[in-house]
Amino acid sequence: MQKNCYNNGRRDFIRKASFTAALYAIPSALVHAVPIDLITPGPAPKERIKLLINGKEIAAEVDIRITLLDFLREQLGYTGTKKGCGMGHCGACIIHINGKRMNSCQTLAIHNKSNSIVTIEGVAKGEDLHPMQEAFIKCDAMQCGYCTPGQIMSGIACIRDGRAGSREEIQRYMAGNICRCGAYQNIVDAISQVKASGKTV
Amino acid sequence: MEKNLPLINEGPRADALDKVTGKATYAAEHRVPNLAYGVFVCSTIAKGTIQSIDESVALKSEGVIDIISHKNCPSIPGYATQLPDGTRNPKQWWGMKVLHDNQVRFYGQPIALIVAETVEQANAASLLLKVSYQKETFETDFNLIRKDLSKAKPPSTYTRGNATNLEQAAVKVEGEFNIPIEVHSPMEPQATIAVWESEDKLTVYDKTQGPKATQGALARLFNIPDKNVRVIVNYVGGAFGNALRNWHNVPAACIAAKKINRPVKVVLTRPQMFNLTGYRPQSWQQLKIGADQSGKFVGIVHHAISNTSRYEEFREGIVNASRFLYACDFVETHYRILPLDVSTPTWMRGPGEATGCFALESSIDELSYTLNMDPVELRIKNFAEKNPESKLPWSSNYLKECYDKGRELINWNNRAQKPGSLQENGWLVGYGMANGVFGAGRSQASVRAILSADGNLVLQSAVSDMGPGTTTAMTKIAAENLVMPLNKISFKLGDSELPPGPTQGGSTTTSTLGTAVYLACETLKKSLCTLAVEYASAFKNMEASTLLVQNGGVSSTINKELFISNADLLKLANKPFLEITQDSQGTSAMELKHATNSFSSHFVKVLVNPKTFKVKIAEVVTTADAGKIISENTARSQMLGGVVGGVGMAILEELKFDHQTGAITNASFAGYQVPLHPDIPKTTVWFVNKPDPIINPIGAKGLGEIAFIGLAAAIANAVYNATGKRVKDLPITPEKIRAIKN
Repeated sequence: MQKNCYNNGRRDFIRKASFTAALYAIPSALVHAVPIDLITPGPAPKERIKLLINGKEIAAEVDIRITLLDFLREQLGYTGTKKGCGMGHCGACIIHINGKRMNSCQTLAIHNKSNSIVTIEGVAKGEDLHPMQEAFIKCDAMQCGYCTPGQIMSGIACIRDGRAGSREEIQRYMAGNICRCGAYQNIVDAISQVKASGKTV
Repeated sequence: MEKNLPLINEGPRADALDKVTGKATYAAEHRVPNLAYGVFVCSTIAKGTIQSIDESVALKSEGVIDIISHKNCPSIPGYATQLPDGTRNPKQWWGMKVLHDNQVRFYGQPIALIVAETVEQANAASLLLKVSYQKETFETDFNLIRKDLSKAKPPSTYTRGNATNLEQAAVKVEGEFNIPIEVHSPMEPQATIAVWESEDKLTVYDKTQGPKATQGALARLFNIPDKNVRVIVNYVGGAFGNALRNWHNVPAACIAAKKINRPVKVVLTRPQMFNLTGYRPQSWQQLKIGADQSGKFVGIVHHAISNTSRYEEFREGIVNASRFLYACDFVETHYRILPLDVSTPTWMRGPGEATGCFALESSIDELSYTLNMDPVELRIKNFAEKNPESKLPWSSNYLKECYDKGRELINWNNRAQKPGSLQENGWLVGYGMANGVFGAGRSQASVRAILSADGNLVLQSAVSDMGPGTTTAMTKIAAENLVMPLNKISFKLGDSELPPGPTQGGSTTTSTLGTAVYLACETLKKSLCTLAVEYASAFKNMEASTLLVQNGGVSSTINKELFISNADLLKLANKPFLEITQDSQGTSAMELKHATNSFSSHFVKVLVNPKTFKVKIAEVVTTADAGKIISENTARSQMLGGVVGGVGMAILEELKFDHQTGAITNASFAGYQVPLHPDIPKTTVWFVNKPDPIINPIGAKGLGEIAFIGLAAAIANAVYNATGKRVKDLPITPEKIRAIKN
C-alpha cells in the first residue's frame, strides 16, 4: 500500500473496509480485489424480502448473495444509483437506509428487510427537484454525471448530519465520494449554498 | 488588437437534469429482456501458455449458461490474420484478440468468460474454473529494463540547429524525470451489452468515446456491413481517453451473445479497470536545457522512453512540446518505446504532452533559479513569435495574457525568488507555475438539423459526450448563430445511426463538431431565406441575401418591419419541418498555413510542512488560451477537472507492480490513490476568451488537454520554491522530498 501524506481518515477507513471484505470473502490470493458479491460458489438459496424503496413497498425473491446495489440496479431497474467499484471505496452507490447514508454495495439485499431505502429517484417531490439537485445544476457540480447521484445523496446527508459547517468540514464528510472528472469545488459550492439557504433537506 | 469577449453563462448544462435525477442512462443500464451476464476469469501468471482449462465443475454451477475460452471460441472473421486466399486480413481486430488463443501476455489477462443468468452466479462459478499454465520468464520492471537500450524499439529522432550552441551555453541544467503508470479509472466501468437482432444484425450498448468507430470495429470483427451494427451510448461516465478504443469487454460480449443466442452484458470490475482499459505509460525522460546570460534559450535536448506492451506498439507525443513551445535554435529529441509483459497503454488526458511538459517545465524552472530570474520572465524572454518547428505563424497565441492574469490572481508578488524563505503558520510557502500546450485540430463531421413547425430545432450527430459538455456547447453555438433561445434547441447524440460525427478525443470535439453545427445553421438560414422569397408574399422578389434569420423567423435588412415566423413560413411552404444534413471537412495546420495550438498557464501556491514534508496545495489559478469559450460553465468545470487531475498526477497517482509475479498490487481505489474532496485547493479559472481567427468559423480551440497539461510541473515548481528541493519523480511524496539534500 502506498504511503502518503494525505491520510485524511477516509483512506484509513477504506483500508479497513478492504481488509474486512477480504476476511469475509475468502481466497487470500484475491485480497486486494474482492467485491463482496464474490462469495459462495455453487447453488445459493433465495430469500423473500420486503422493503420500502422511495416510499413504495417492494416484495421480491432474491439471491442471498446479491448486494442491495445490484438488487436495485439489475433486479428492479433503479439505475440512478451507480456502481463505481463494488468495494465500498468510491461512494457512487450511496443511498439512504433508514435516513442514514450508506454504500449500497456494502450491504446485502437480504440484510435490508423492512428497511426504508431512499435513492436518487426518490429525493425530488414529483416535478419539484430537491434543493440539493437544484444547487448541483446551478453550480454545474458535475461533468460526466456518473458520481452525481452518490454525491447528491451524500451531500443531503452532510447537511442532515450537521457536518456542513465549513468548506473543510464538507470536504471531510464528502471524502468518500470520488469524482474522477474533478467537479469537487462545484460540489462543495452546491452543498454550501443549500446549507446557507436554510432550506429543509 | 482582438478584444477579450465577455463570458456568456447562459443556461445550465444541457443534460444536468437527467444527471441529477438519475435518469441519465449509461451503457450497463439499458434494460434488455432475457439478458445473460458475462464475467471474465483472468490469468494469474504474467506470461506463458494456458495448458488446460477444466470447466467441468464450473459448468455445473447453478445458473451457468456457457464458459467461453480459446478452447471453444467460435471462429470470428476479424480474428483471422489471413484471408482464405492467404493474403493479410485487412479487417483484423485492433488489439488483443480476447478468448482467441492460449497465450498469456500479461498478468490479469482475460482467459475465459463465464456466462450465467446472474452476476452472482457467474462470479461464483468463476471460482470453480481450474486453469493450469506453462509459465515463461517475463519483464515488467520498467526502471530496470529501460537501462538496456537494446530492449527498446529504435528511436524516433528530431534535430534542428547547431549542437555547439548548447555545449557552449553560459548556463545549463540537466535532469532525469520518472513518471509511473497512471490510470484513467473513470467512475463508470467499461460495459457492453450485445444484442444480436438477427444472424448478421447487432445492437450494442457500449461505453465508447466514438460510436462510429465502435460500429466500424464491430462490423469488421464480424465481417458484416457497418449499417448492420448499431452502437448506442447515451451517456459516458468519464473516460479521459480510456474509451477511445474497444477493450476486451466489447468483442467478448458480442461473441458470447452470438454463441448463446441471447443478449449478454459484460461489465468490468474496478480491479479490471486498472489493467484492461489502458493507462498513461510509465516514462523516463532526460532533459538538458541551456541559455545565455540574458536567459535566452540556446539549446534543448530531450530524451524519452515510455513503455508499451509486448503485443502492440503505443507511442505518444512526449517530446513534442520541447520542439515548439519556446523559441530555441537548437533542439534535439529522441523517443523510444520499450515493450514489457504488461497490457497496452493508451491515450490518457493530455497524452504525451502532459508527460513531456513535466520534464520541460520543471527544467525551465530550474534554469530560472540558476539564472536568478523570475520563471515567468524567463518564459516571456523565450516566447515563440511563431512555431519554431513548423516555422508557421500561430493561428493565435495569447500565453502572455495568461502570464499577466495568472500572476495577478495568485498574487505572484508575494512569491520569494529565494527558495524556502517564506512561511505561513509554521508551514513553508512556495509559488510555482508551468505551461501546457496541445494541438488544436479539426476533423470531419456531419450534423443533421431539423427545424420543426413549432419552432424547435433538433441537431443530431453520432458522437458521445464523456462529460465535457458537448451537448451544451453545440446548443449554444446554434443559439448564437440563429439568435434563438437555448430552450428551443436540443442536441441528440449517442447513436451510430445519426450522421457520422468524430470520436471525442484530443480536444477536438468543439472545433470539429461545432464547425459542423455552425455550417448547418448557416445552411438552414439560407434555406429559410429562400423559402421566404418563394412562399411569403411580403418577401416576394427580394434578394435572399438581404434577408436575416433571427428570433425564430425571417426578417429583412432593408424593410425592418417585415417578419415571418419560421412556423408560418413552413406552413406556407406546406412543410411539417425543414431538414438539412451538413458535412464539415476537416483541415490541417499545413492547409491553414498556421500552427494551431491551445495554451495554458497554471499558477500554484503550496504549503509544505518543514518537519514532515507533507504538501498541501493551497491555491491554484489556471488560465487558458483556448480561443473563444463557447460555454462558460462547462468550460470552467473542465478546467477545474484538469486541476484535480493534475493534483493526482503530481502528488498521488501511481500504479504499482509486484515484479515477482507481474501482478498489479494496488488495483482499487483503496490502493491507487486519486484526488478526493479534501485534496482540492481553492481554484480560480481564467480564460483569455479571444476567438482564434484561423482554425474554424466559431473561433474555438480545444480545452480538455491543456486544462491538465503542465499542472504537475507547476506543483513541483511550487514545492521547490517552498523547500529548495526539486522532486523529479512523480508522485511527489514526503519521503521523496525528505530524501533530497539541499
